Amino acid sequence: MAKRYIVNDGKLFKRGLSGIRLRRLSGDEAMEVMHQSHAGTLAEHQGGLWVCKKLICLLAASRGKVKMEMETQKPFQVDVGNLLAFNPFHNFSSLPTSRDELVKECLEEGTKLIQAVADSLFNLPSTEDVDGPLVKLPPPTTKLPREKHLPKPKPPTKWEEFAKKKGIKKRKKDKVVWDEQTGTWKRRFGYDRVNDDKDIPIIEAKMTDEPGEDPFAKRQDDKKKRVEKQEKNRLQNLKQAAKLGALPSHVQLAATALPITGTQAPPKKVTKDELGNVAGMAATSTASGGKFDRKLPGEKPAKKQGKHRKFLPVIEGSGIGSREKEQTENVLNKLISKHSHGILNVGKAVTMYNVKKEKKARNRKNQEGKSSSTSNKLKPKKQLHKKAAKKGPESSKKRKAK
Amino acid sequence: MSNNEQTLRFCSSAIMMRIKTPKNGRVRRELEKRAPKLVETGKKTLILQGTKTSGTLNGVLSEIYHLKKGGAVRFTRKNDNIRPFESGGEASLEFFSLKTDCSLFVYGSHSKKRPNNLVIGRMYDHHVYDLVEVGVENFKSIESFNYDKKMAPRVGSKPFIAFVGEGFENVDELKHLKEVLLDLLRGEVVENINLAGVDRAYVCTAISLNKVYLTHCALRLKKSGTVVPRMELVEVGPSMDLVVRRHRLPNEGLRKEAMRTAKDQPKKKIKNVSSDAIEGTIGKIYIPDQKVGDVALPNKAKGVKRERREAKKKEANERASKKQREESE
Repeated sequence: MAKRYIVNDGKLFKRGLSGIRLRRLSGDEAMEVMHQSHAGTLAEHQGGLWVCKKLICLLAASRGKVKMEMETQKPFQVDVGNLLAFNPFHNFSSLPTSRDELVKECLEEGTKLIQAVADSLFNLPSTEDVDGPLVKLPPPTTKLPREKHLPKPKPPTKWEEFAKKKGIKKRKKDKVVWDEQTGTWKRRFGYDRVNDDKDIPIIEAKMTDEPGEDPFAKRQDDKKKRVEKQEKNRLQNLKQAAKLGALPSHVQLAATALPITGTQAPPKKVTKDELGNVAGMAATSTASGGKFDRKLPGEKPAKKQGKHRKFLPVIEGSGIGSREKEQTENVLNKLISKHSHGILNVGKAVTMYNVKKEKKARNRKNQEGKSSSTSNKLKPKKQLHKKAAKKGPESSKKRKAK
Repeated sequence: MSNNEQTLRFCSSAIMMRIKTPKNGRVRRELEKRAPKLVETGKKTLILQGTKTSGTLNGVLSEIYHLKKGGAVRFTRKNDNIRPFESGGEASLEFFSLKTDCSLFVYGSHSKKRPNNLVIGRMYDHHVYDLVEVGVENFKSIESFNYDKKMAPRVGSKPFIAFVGEGFENVDELKHLKEVLLDLLRGEVVENINLAGVDRAYVCTAISLNKVYLTHCALRLKKSGTVVPRMELVEVGPSMDLVVRRHRLPNEGLRKEAMRTAKDQPKKKIKNVSSDAIEGTIGKIYIPDQKVGDVALPNKAKGVKRERREAKKKEANERASKKQREESE
């Protein structure tokens, strides 16, 4: 009797008469099945085996329905390309009291999600490799923003546009060319090339040639000009590409000089001494005369450090203390002095004043009727020299006297 | 006046420019690596800190650096002029991003108002694209977990990422945080993956409306009946609670531009394959000329054998005749 029963994966099976294993239904399941079958879901009563099969199908379907009711939120959002799974339906109705429980629940949910990803991942077609099975991932479905802009296609250069218009096609050139002169294959460019300028021994003179012109030098100049023109064209093409934002990644355009604004003259180059002077002035222009400024590594100390003003001590005394008194005395003497020969020559000041007065009168006379004497011409000149010889304070004195 | 304007216009176009190209092959290759590509892989992360950091924050930053070892740059000095949420405080960040070619950054700072603050941000074209500010609570470092060291995930392996919680769908800030975390934790986008090498997973659960529990686990694959192994998670790495504080979404225009993808790549032309309407795919095979005479024959042909036999006979005859001659002499 016992041999009729088999246990498979925790479920009890009975070998039926027709040789197929029949599963032992539990009491509840049996009731449910019988109820459903008699309710008329079955088409007609068939033989025992057929009935059993149908019943099992029904049972599975009903169980499935029950399962769906429990987990209506079964569909997780799975993105295999990113190995990502998202469960948008889970919520903590009540926060678990302890941290450990929270962690446990989170890990459980996480495991379910990762199992879902792994289901789809391991079912992808795999190729065998040395290290293990290699699987080709599908592209990720979640869109994420780019980190850099999309590369823009390079605009056609001026030559390319021209060639397209004229229909000129590129022809592949060989690296080596047959050189008839030496009878060998030589490079098209580079060391020991085919048509090198310096290999030409003789240039025949033409009728159109100007006498006194060196044809070899002329050839070199022409080549230089051509190279410069090509460089200029290349720069223009790159500038055009840079304007559209399509500069090739290894090229950078750097400005060599600031744009010329206002005057057309280029900025003057400053000498080292001038710069040093200006730097020194700037360094000592702080309140403490540049004494406490932090120096850059390698910077030499400023030439004139510290303040230039010298304040005399306030407290009077002998020696240094009496200096201030001396100073003020000197100044006062200079200003208010009866015997101030050294400063003001009163006689000379008077004569100068008189001469000026006479000159004015003479000018008025001249305006009325022209009469200019040579003696007048000489005199002012002499006076001019004298004037120039006088020092500054005298002239100011004269002005004051006026 | 018009004369001056004319001269100015002329001068502005006469800016002297010089073409700079690298003289080194190494520098040229580096520049090409940094150029914008049609299909992008792998964003690098810049990890730096502000004027003040706490002990936990230092731990967080160094652990994030360990997790992203291959594609991260760590700055250890303090930067007091970086304020990501202020309009002028991003200049330094953008400069660093340009120099290190990083488009993700994690900036940590600690203050009384915002303790253990992390600002995770992304860059587009080396300008700030969007920012999320989170506070770190209940941080547990890698050292505090006990696990079997053999199961530890290896550096650089592609992780599984799981997001749990309806908060990630409903709450704006959490949605943004989800996108940023995905970008941060994802690693390189690869086409082929070795199934034996999947060994790590990140689990992020939305605990409340503004809190997320993030943890890093090692994967254990257990045998099950089918091809798909049963997954088991073991917490190994850092785990922390992230509290969302502030966030800044990108401008609409900038977002649209950044989300633009290249249209399907122009198919790479496979050589010697053409397609015909009637016959389908046709391939051409070029065979070089056979040198029939030089080929060594695989098996001894009868003719060859005969020749050998005759040659041997001839030799034998000659030897015999020689001997006779000698004998006669």
